[in-house]
Amino acid sequence: MLIKRPNDIRASEITDESVYWNRRDFIGTTAGAAVAAAMPFVPGFVRAEQDEKLTPYDAVTSYNNFYEFGTGKADPSRNAHTLRVRPWTVAVEGEVHKPKVFDIEEILKSFPTEERVYRLRCVEAWSMVIPWMGFPLGSLLRAVEPTSRARFVEFVTLHDPEQMPGQRRNVLPWPYIEGLRLDEAMHPLTLLATGLYGEILPNQNGAPIRLVVPWKYGFKSIKSIVRIRLVSEQPHTTWNVALPHEYGFYANVNPDVDHPRWSQKKERRIGKLFKQDTLLFNGYAAEVADLYAGMDLTRYF
Amino acid sequence: MNRARLTAWVIRPTVFVASLTPFALLLWDVFTGNLSANPIEDITHRTGRWGLTLLLATLSITPLVRVTGWSQLMKLRRPLGLFAFFYLACHFGVYIALDQLLSVSDILEDIASRPYVTVGFASFVLLIPLAVTSTKGMVRRLGGKRWARLHRLVYLAAAGGVLHYLWLVKIDKRDPMIYAGVLVVLLLLRLGGRRRKPSGP
Repeated sequence: MLIKRPNDIRASEITDESVYWNRRDFIGTTAGAAVAAAMPFVPGFVRAEQDEKLTPYDAVTSYNNFYEFGTGKADPSRNAHTLRVRPWTVAVEGEVHKPKVFDIEEILKSFPTEERVYRLRCVEAWSMVIPWMGFPLGSLLRAVEPTSRARFVEFVTLHDPEQMPGQRRNVLPWPYIEGLRLDEAMHPLTLLATGLYGEILPNQNGAPIRLVVPWKYGFKSIKSIVRIRLVSEQPHTTWNVALPHEYGFYANVNPDVDHPRWSQKKERRIGKLFKQDTLLFNGYAAEVADLYAGMDLTRYF
Repeated sequence: MNRARLTAWVIRPTVFVASLTPFALLLWDVFTGNLSANPIEDITHRTGRWGLTLLLATLSITPLVRVTGWSQLMKLRRPLGLFAFFYLACHFGVYIALDQLLSVSDILEDIASRPYVTVGFASFVLLIPLAVTSTKGMVRRLGGKRWARLHRLVYLAAAGGVLHYLWLVKIDKRDPMIYAGVLVVLLLLRLGGRRRKPSGP
């Protein structure tokens, strides 16, 4: 199938360059304040209460788990400059009527982005509040028309040790693979993010496009996606394959189901000294609990 | 310059400066706001790592003396051990006060239910009598033989420290495996020499 690329102005070039280069100042003053001010008025998705301040931009972009660039928290921000985010394509294939290889520019133009402030709870018991820019994954999936055989969605990260030096060591089986049940993938909270704090996604945060599933542990939110495949069988996801007793396929945030080696009852919100209680489904139970009605959350952790 | 003078005037001060530099850098980062976005984790990891590093450095002195025959180096063993204890006490203190916020019930639950905490806690506790009996007066009071026997606990503490590190990392075991490898080498080096020179750790 021949995919024609648009040859007009690229979506990523629209930002005025002076704004782009001064984006930190701009973000610090303008966007952050605007997002914070708008937060309580965005209905439905945004559950961030008054005391849940946005995690500072510098923390969001300097404290990352992205093993493709090293296993230290500071490694991604140090090493991810080698990632080339243009040109970039995302193949959407498998059990769909209209498989398609999307150019990232086409995605940015076809699916209008909106701001979503979500909590991010890492399986390591720390958390952040991040203003993402993105669009619902469901919009993209509907565009390719899943067949009736599609029951799961599998996501794959770029595999290129030249660009991702962390892949030269076999810490995890590469490429990184994640998966969702189709109903989880179609849920309106499930986001494909292309930016944060009003700017394009920094490389260390999973540029140019990543998944954000706010009620699941962070490792489910796969970064730098190159392939999305609709399948009928549950995908073999990376952390689940590497350490099956510690990381399940579902990985729903749940204070009552401890990680075998540490407690999940509390979390440290980055920027705060005291730990706080972890909430079931990361505080999104009202939106997502019915996806798991009748399911044993301890068994399907 | 003879060996005794070299040890006293060059090597010993160098070891002191080298042992305190990580602490100075840590303080610098604390006061200039240069820690990671998760400062408590950062302090905990850095003090734990340096404590274990210095503990292995302490264990390297005896084999080093044996290999080089340079007995003056033995004088480095106590300060290195005490520096190791200092870092591990910081590590322990940060865990108790900042991570667990002095909550006794949380700490007890943590020790009881998480093997990496259990072994880390036990290893630190084992080091306390060694630090207390590190003075010349205590060596005299205990008598060389009993003192040496007591101080063999350091092997257990070091092994426990390495295990603590191995058990807590998520999946990347490279760094703790380096520590484990160094510890194994240091213990193997002792097997050959033990019969000839029965001394403490």
